[in-house]
Amino acid sequence: MASILVFLEHHGDELQKGSLGVLSKAAQLGGGDVAAVLVGVGVKALASEAGTYGATKVHVAEDASLEPPLPQARVDVLAKVVREGGYDTVLFANSVLAADIASGLAARLDAGLNWDLADIALQDGALVGKRPALQDSVLADVGWRSETRLALFRSGSFDATPGAGGTAGGEPQVEDVAVELEEHSRGAKVVDQQLEESSGPSIEDADVIVAGGRGLGSPDKFTLAEELARALGGAVGATRAVVDAGWYPYASQIGQTGKTVSPKLYVALGISGAIQHKVGMQSSNVIVAINKDANAPIFEFSDLGVVGDLHEIVPKLTELLNQRKS
Amino acid sequence: MKIAVCVKHVPEGHSKLDPGSKRLDRSGEGALNQFDANAVEEALRLKGDSDTEVVVVSMGPEKAADSLRKALAMGADRAVLVTDDALAGSDLVATSKVLAKALERESADLVLFGQQASDADGAVLWAAVAERLRRPVVSQAAELSIDGGTVHVKRQTEFGYDLIETALPAVVSVSDAINEPRYPSLKGIMGAKKKPSETLSLSDLGLDAGEVGEAGSKTEVLALGSPPPRADAKKIEGDANAAQAIVDFLAEKRLV
Repeated sequence: MASILVFLEHHGDELQKGSLGVLSKAAQLGGGDVAAVLVGVGVKALASEAGTYGATKVHVAEDASLEPPLPQARVDVLAKVVREGGYDTVLFANSVLAADIASGLAARLDAGLNWDLADIALQDGALVGKRPALQDSVLADVGWRSETRLALFRSGSFDATPGAGGTAGGEPQVEDVAVELEEHSRGAKVVDQQLEESSGPSIEDADVIVAGGRGLGSPDKFTLAEELARALGGAVGATRAVVDAGWYPYASQIGQTGKTVSPKLYVALGISGAIQHKVGMQSSNVIVAINKDANAPIFEFSDLGVVGDLHEIVPKLTELLNQRKS
Repeated sequence: MKIAVCVKHVPEGHSKLDPGSKRLDRSGEGALNQFDANAVEEALRLKGDSDTEVVVVSMGPEKAADSLRKALAMGADRAVLVTDDALAGSDLVATSKVLAKALERESADLVLFGQQASDADGAVLWAAVAERLRRPVVSQAAELSIDGGTVHVKRQTEFGYDLIETALPAVVSVSDAINEPRYPSLKGIMGAKKKPSETLSLSDLGLDAGEVGEAGSKTEVLALGSPPPRADAKKIEGDANAAQAIVDFLAEKRLV
């Protein structure tokens, strides 16, 4: 039996889907009650939503010093919650922030951190992490040898499912955490933020993603991807190459240095399927690829591969889909 | 000023696992982790023609000296290699302990990391090292500058950019978008051999074999298996009917 704590990340007044997914998974493991921890300003209001996704208890650290999304102050808070609450397992959904918190906490507590996990299971009473490795050619079962076990999950590993766990819609117990920060945790300051607002559904939340690569030919051809995405009710993603070339904003970038997504349907337009892209989208349920190069690696992991000219095929496809809807 | 850059020697080409130890097979040829080249480049850019010293630090097998030499050839001033048979199999907890000890000896103003290791895809080490050094850490730097005793970082996140300031000493990991690493010049390659280079063992760092390597690690690989394959992949030649074929496929999968 494990006593699990899940770090819930928020942006503005919204809990991140990825961390809610990890919370639902933890609640479904059947290892006992699951608690969550919220850190920031105005986060107490999010506690009841955490209950909906399976937390029976929510630790809330509210303090102005915790408003900027920086990791080290959060390491202080989590270390305290783990020690005082007697948790033996702390789970994180991967993000720029969460990865740094998990790693800092590992050093603070001398606790093992398994990262890039795609799943976790309770096997013979022990937690076992599932980690796809070496460009996902190998699936490793990983374990922990420390008193506290830390795990960082790939984004999109789990669906956020309300109603999991023991609360059955009841309000979770809320516990305030007294905030005491270490000196080195107060060093970094956020002096400004430049947030990019993307239009339409965000790619992490979308059930359908239409992604474009170099094969689109030019930046203005992204309208092909946008129109197809609209017809499918999805969001638009992009490869590293086209983001670097300035064709599409970074917020849409999928792959090793961008986001990891796992929609129900992923449509790849003019994407060769380089490993850096593959790692960000291969866990999609169904992958459809259109590429004129029959030897493109993307066809090796597509459910439907179409060898052809996307400039011919995509407008027709969008038209057919729109006809079906009307 | 002194800048320390942590670099990793990674296997070249397709990585393999050794089924016995379940560790990465490091017996073949290796090279400087490409993401660390960005960190070396950034240190050299910050140095410019000032008298700042750039020290490259690596923990790894003896062959890791090749990667340190590459960093010296790019323009770094000095190299430190921590190597010891007892280090094999070190995880995050163990590796961060060793690097923190090696960095404490240097007491650099700024410690730089690349954004990930290309062999094991780890992208977390800096935060553990910073915690052990008790220094502020900023990751995913897309831009970096130093003015007096303050480092300014433009950090790339899922939501855009955060502009972050922190006083030195500090630890920063740089994104691979921050620069284009230079190629070593012939003069740089010749000169690298004459630059000071130090090899340290565990005892030099005051560490015990039980604290590092597999013995000091807090994670373990239990078993290796194959991921489930993708079932029934279809491939069609795109022609006049391709669009209809895609619609039929999506309908069959109940996606439209």
